[in-house]
Amino acid sequence: MAVTKEEVAEAIYEIVKEYQGKKKFKASDLTKAMIQKYGEAEVDKKLCKAAIRILMDSGRCVYTYFGGSFIELPPEEGVER
Amino acid sequence: MAEPGKNGTPMLDELEKGPWPSFVTQIKEAAEKNKMSKALLSLLERSYHERIGHWKHGGIVGVMGYGGGVIGRYSDLPEEYPDIAHFHTLRVNMPTGWFYTSDALRTICDIWERHGSGLTNMHGSTGDIILLGTTTDELEPTFAELTANDFDLGGSGSDMRTPSACVGPARCEWACYDTLALAYDLTQTFQDELHRPAFPYKFKFKCAGCPNDCVASIARADMSIIGTWRDEIQIDQKEVKAAEEAGLNIQRDVCNLCPTKCIEWDGKKLEIDDENCVKCMHCINTMPKALRPGKDRGATILLGAKAPIVEGALLSSVLVPFTKIEPPYEELKDMVERIWDFWSEHGKNRERVGELMQRVGLGNFLEAIEVEPTPEMLAHPRENPYVFYEEYYEEGDEEEEEEEE
Ligand code: SF4
Ligand code: SF4
Repeated sequence: MAVTKEEVAEAIYEIVKEYQGKKKFKASDLTKAMIQKYGEAEVDKKLCKAAIRILMDSGRCVYTYFGGSFIELPPEEGVER
Repeated sequence: MAEPGKNGTPMLDELEKGPWPSFVTQIKEAAEKNKMSKALLSLLERSYHERIGHWKHGGIVGVMGYGGGVIGRYSDLPEEYPDIAHFHTLRVNMPTGWFYTSDALRTICDIWERHGSGLTNMHGSTGDIILLGTTTDELEPTFAELTANDFDLGGSGSDMRTPSACVGPARCEWACYDTLALAYDLTQTFQDELHRPAFPYKFKFKCAGCPNDCVASIARADMSIIGTWRDEIQIDQKEVKAAEEAGLNIQRDVCNLCPTKCIEWDGKKLEIDDENCVKCMHCINTMPKALRPGKDRGATILLGAKAPIVEGALLSSVLVPFTKIEPPYEELKDMVERIWDFWSEHGKNRERVGELMQRVGLGNFLEAIEVEPTPEMLAHPRENPYVFYEEYYEEGDEEEEEEEE
């Protein structure tokens, strides 16, 4: 059965949540992690892009900027990192 | 808080002296009807006295779904300057080639007076419309009004920045391809890359219609697409003569200044040895009626320029000496994707693609993005003669050499 973008979004969200405050992930790190998890035959970059878009559009994750751009849970307003 | 206009800003007032336009005058004008601009004047005056900036990077604001387009800025004195405790910048994708109607400009300014400081910067160095200073609460309403009026945010952070283009064929007869169409197509094709930062660092496209490069792509764009031609410069001998009669010293001001000395003028006929022309545009710029670019037009694609932020400045290097630039631009876009793949995989954090190219070496880079090396890519002759290239050796060569020894 093919993996859906919703499933990948959920798996990405779990990683981001688990490591929040401990490790920052770039979109490419998460894409790699997903390809490793599901295998190249099931998941590609396009699917991961669509999954990340779901997380962003729903507001469950946000992009943060700290030298590079990272995907994290929504932070508190104005908190300096 | 210092009161502008009552000599409460003596240091800033100095910047209004002299014949040139002053940003202080502009802020003062905005301050008459906008409290953010008023507070900004006072804080700026204070910064000039104390010789210290009072802004800090928030870096975590944006609009829903987008990772770029908003640059978070906070004052470090929020209690004293509550009106500018937040002073975020919005980058708005400019119309390609910066063509506006006055209606469009009024629309943007009206939106910004309702939601922000009213101050703009037309345009930022990437080319976007820069709206300076608003609060977090106003971001979504501003974005909603902008999109309702067909504007969108541009890029910021580690994403594809808003592609820009010279006015191209819309206003300029020298355009060797449709810069506006290409920049628009790249913008639409790569919406994800523009709004959702997934790269090691920023990536800029600039489309220049001819080697005059009015958008300075060779110095500022990670990918410069510069119009050029591969046949002969078109010459109108009658107009050459007319230029001379109008007072142009063709020998001195055209022939002698041609970098490869490939133009000759005998007083009657102008001749160009096109094989040796390096398309610098000097002669065409000097005699615009008499000379024009050839008819077989396309572009040179270059890679890797950047301004000196993290490391030193780089000019871009030739990647494709000549290619036709025609819709749907598939070849170009496929190459871009291969470059992004390699860069995303191997680029370090905050490493521009030009720096990566230098770090891994042009040979390895070209192999990775599947581009054949050509002589036009060489910036200068090699310095080290003790380098042997694998492809110079056919199979069996080594044994033969050993035997000879
Ligand atoms: S870059 Fe060339 S084509 Fe574009 S506006 Fe300048 S002179 Fe014209
Ligand atoms: S474009 Fe430049 S190199 Fe070519 S003929 Fe004119 S001056 Fe010489």
